[in-house]
Amino acid sequence: MIERSLKSLAQGLAKGEFSSVELTQAYLERIARHNPEINAFITVDPDKSLAQAKAADLRRARGEAGPLLGIPLAQKDIFCAQGWRTTCGSRMLENFVSPYDATVIERFDAAGAVNLGKTNMDEFAMGSSNETSYFGAVKNPWDPARVPGGSSGGSAAAVAARLAPAATGTDTGGSIRQPAALCGLTGLKPTYGVVSRWGMIAFASSLDQAGPMARSAEDCALLLNAMAGFDTRDSTSVERPAEDYTRLLAADAPAKPLAGLKIGLPREFFGEAERAGCDAAVMARVDEAIAAYRALGAETVEVSLPAMQLSVPAYYVIAPAEASSNLSRFDGVRYGHRAPEYSDLDDMYSKTRAQGFGAEVKRRILIGTYVLSHGYYDAYYRQAQRIRRLIADDFARAFKECDVIMGPTSPGTAFRIGEKAADPVQMYLSDIYTIAVNLAGLPGMSVPCGLANGLPTGLQLIGNYFGEARLLDVAHRYQRATDWHLQRPTALAD
Amino acid sequence: MSLTLEQVRRVAQLARIDISDAEADTALGELNGIFSLIEAMQAADTAGVAPMAHALDIAQRLRDDRVSESDQRAAFQAVAPETADGLYLVPKVIE
Amino acid sequence: MKHGEVSSGWEVVIGIETHAQLATQSKIFSGAATAFGAAPNVQACAVDLALPGVLPVLNRGAVECAIRFGLAVGAEVAERSVFARKNYFYPDLPKGYQISQFEAPVVIGGQLAIQVGDSEKIIRLTRAHLEEDAGKSLHEDFQGQSGIDLNRAGTPLLEIVSEPDLRSSAEAVAYARALHALVRWIGICDGNMQEGSFRCDANVSVRRPGGPLGTRREIKNLNSFRFMQQAIDYEVRWQIETLEDGGRIQQATVLFDPDSGETRSMRSKEDAHDYRYFPDPDLLPLVIARDWVERTRAQLPELPVAKRARFVAEFGLSDYDATALTASLEIANYYEAAVQAAGVASAKPCANWVMVDLAARVNREGIDFGDAPVSAAQLGRLLARVADNTISNNIAKKIFDAIWAGEGGTGEDAADRIIAAQGLKQITDTGAIEALIDEVLANNAAMVAEFRAGKEKAFNALVGQAMKATKGKANPQQVNQLLRSKLG
Repeated sequence: MIERSLKSLAQGLAKGEFSSVELTQAYLERIARHNPEINAFITVDPDKSLAQAKAADLRRARGEAGPLLGIPLAQKDIFCAQGWRTTCGSRMLENFVSPYDATVIERFDAAGAVNLGKTNMDEFAMGSSNETSYFGAVKNPWDPARVPGGSSGGSAAAVAARLAPAATGTDTGGSIRQPAALCGLTGLKPTYGVVSRWGMIAFASSLDQAGPMARSAEDCALLLNAMAGFDTRDSTSVERPAEDYTRLLAADAPAKPLAGLKIGLPREFFGEAERAGCDAAVMARVDEAIAAYRALGAETVEVSLPAMQLSVPAYYVIAPAEASSNLSRFDGVRYGHRAPEYSDLDDMYSKTRAQGFGAEVKRRILIGTYVLSHGYYDAYYRQAQRIRRLIADDFARAFKECDVIMGPTSPGTAFRIGEKAADPVQMYLSDIYTIAVNLAGLPGMSVPCGLANGLPTGLQLIGNYFGEARLLDVAHRYQRATDWHLQRPTALAD
Repeated sequence: MSLTLEQVRRVAQLARIDISDAEADTALGELNGIFSLIEAMQAADTAGVAPMAHALDIAQRLRDDRVSESDQRAAFQAVAPETADGLYLVPKVIE
Repeated sequence: MKHGEVSSGWEVVIGIETHAQLATQSKIFSGAATAFGAAPNVQACAVDLALPGVLPVLNRGAVECAIRFGLAVGAEVAERSVFARKNYFYPDLPKGYQISQFEAPVVIGGQLAIQVGDSEKIIRLTRAHLEEDAGKSLHEDFQGQSGIDLNRAGTPLLEIVSEPDLRSSAEAVAYARALHALVRWIGICDGNMQEGSFRCDANVSVRRPGGPLGTRREIKNLNSFRFMQQAIDYEVRWQIETLEDGGRIQQATVLFDPDSGETRSMRSKEDAHDYRYFPDPDLLPLVIARDWVERTRAQLPELPVAKRARFVAEFGLSDYDATALTASLEIANYYEAAVQAAGVASAKPCANWVMVDLAARVNREGIDFGDAPVSAAQLGRLLARVADNTISNNIAKKIFDAIWAGEGGTGEDAADRIIAAQGLKQITDTGAIEALIDEVLANNAAMVAEFRAGKEKAFNALVGQAMKATKGKANPQQVNQLLRSKLG
């Protein structure tokens, strides 16, 4: 059962092979058995999950149907879910039980999905390894000595370890795509504005976007159907007609299903000198994937994204600036941690925040506060916003010559726990391929493209604005021709 | 450029994060490392480039002026550190 | 200090920032109610409390108010304006930042005419921008702590900033009054200063005439015109004394203490602020289409300046009367409706009635013009009866009191009903009056004799007797004339 796709699980439920309660129970048992080792979940509440499963079975008995009715899913602990502890990986919210639902949670509830639990994450989504979580590092199921990536590392590890059939993630600079690559999953960050941010605890508001993490493009499409949609509560939510993201996937597969597809290969990823920035074995897998695409009928063109080299510096100004402000609400007054002892109001604030936030979060708050402060705004924040425009313009130019851009998701495979933890700069550079996509607001995916030294690697697909359906189709054709996405860690099989 | 210890303390004070001398020293080194990465931006010629604040070039949507929320004080204050008589309590505010 | 007066060689420079709470039903970025006086925190929704994950959505009604204001002061309504975050920590500021507008406000420029003594002065406006109000810190003792009520958090404000064009406390108060009248006039703010709906901060500095601007101190939260006057006068004296004693003025934020009549520095604002403004990533640029502005312009009531000019031209009022009658939209509307019912010929007596009799009564009872028990139409019909000589002005005052007391019903014809019921119709038949006068002369021979001896006083006494005999229903002028001709 745990190897079945979402579509197959839905069929099983529809045919009565098993109930949602049975399916949920099966996953809860796996979580109980393996989570102590993997640490993918922060909060599991079997009573709540099973009550939801029971309700889904009842809905089905009353004649309801739907692709997610009764399907258990893991939710990143960044989404507020009413009655669930919602920590965002932080001591600050260690005991915060949300009084309301995020739109994403509401939409999954409406679809009849079951919340299996809240997954571990880098604190406030700030990290690329899941080591910054107050609730401890998450282990990569492919090698428990290694990180799963971050910040959606708990979701990635949960799906890779088959503790959940699929999960949600959020991606501010690569937080869906990088852990998907490091754990051998398929993950999609939609165009900014496609999925509502209401109830999703903000890291960097102009970059944050939620998306699915699953084992195939097809599963991602099913999840995105439930997640996406206009929401009046989010001013940045885009008002567009509802879309069926699976609509292109069912078409017949001729011998050259991708004939006519133009893949842009950025010189900044594939140029002779630039290749050196990426682990050679990872690059080799990416090259093989591109070759596979050519075999499917696609042609490749060279494109250039010259401003991309400045994406990491620009990102580490914009994201911390927004974060420093977004995280000011955690002040010990209305919810969350409050320092037990203090002398006055300012001391209460300062001690509360010093105790409630971990080192990486504090570091980014300091960076963000500094770049916005008097006398530095123009040199840092405004300059970063100008570079952001240059990066978006580069992509706009590139998409005049191609339909999708490809490259590596991450410059390496999963690194060892502790390996980069002491060096923030090294850690930041692990998002070098993914960050530009967030700055431009484009949709991006990571698709497994083979193993390097026994560890998964990811091929990144970048689409034009609102090109999710096409992007999923392009990934899906590859997944019909290859089986990298079906590879799974050998451990935790029981 | 590089930051000074004084600037680190000032920024921590602005951000209301209690920071010990040892922590400030560590932060100084780390922040300077990060800023050496960020400084690469300064070489870019961005004259005439309009700053980009949002991913999509769309206008703010407006809400009709209508009351849609009702009293949920009990639920909201259930997660508060300290309340009395419906008020959130904080150390004395001095104006 | 009088208008424009330079006090002992110093010139006073004042600019005013006003926070006008906008009269919307719901908050600027959430659907919570804005009503005043609710129990603590029951009108603070998830957005107002800044729960993790919540997001703001802008209220159309608040934007509409800003457009109305921009049009009313002849300003530019920006086609594109931007919301920014002003970052600082304070317990009444749940997000740790206030959503405001910084580099690109919604209203740019504009001006306001103020009346100082007999002359008019134009005060330039810098800008007006939309922002959210903060909550309230209650300082009475809650177990040694302060209590925070966030009901007010997120209430829409229009912050209106003047240029430093004001030269005295009197001008500052005149400006604040004119602005107060205007925001009420165009219906964007209830103007209730006690409830904090209209609050002013005054930036005050002094300089040698023609010299460079002095360092300013900002007096915060002036919520009455009287306090504004007192606070500025104190502050100006203090600054001049400080400078004349060889001291220097430090830029500061101060509060006015009405009990001591002094200003004092705010302790919490002492450390230099660095608000780290940046565009709010949760809110997109506010784009106001031209046709929205034009539709709003069409719906705007006639503005005070235009109405005043029309009252002078159409009704022949003096500038003074026209100004008084356009002090608020309520008075102006009342007056116009009364003139309509009385006829334009009665425009001047109507003005006197509204400004003297009605105003006195309304003030005495502490009610609004719109709530006066004598409606504008009733007053107009009453004055029409004076104009057509049905009743005298004295009788009209009695009838006015009667209508106020509820007699004559609520219809426009209340005066006519009372005249008919109490037989108050003026006696205009000369013969009848002459008969009464003859009787009075016969009965008061002594007085007649005194008059003939040259005592003018006796004449007045005879008029009084004659009026008494007609039970006040004769036209006093007519009685006067007839009496004189008979004695002559």
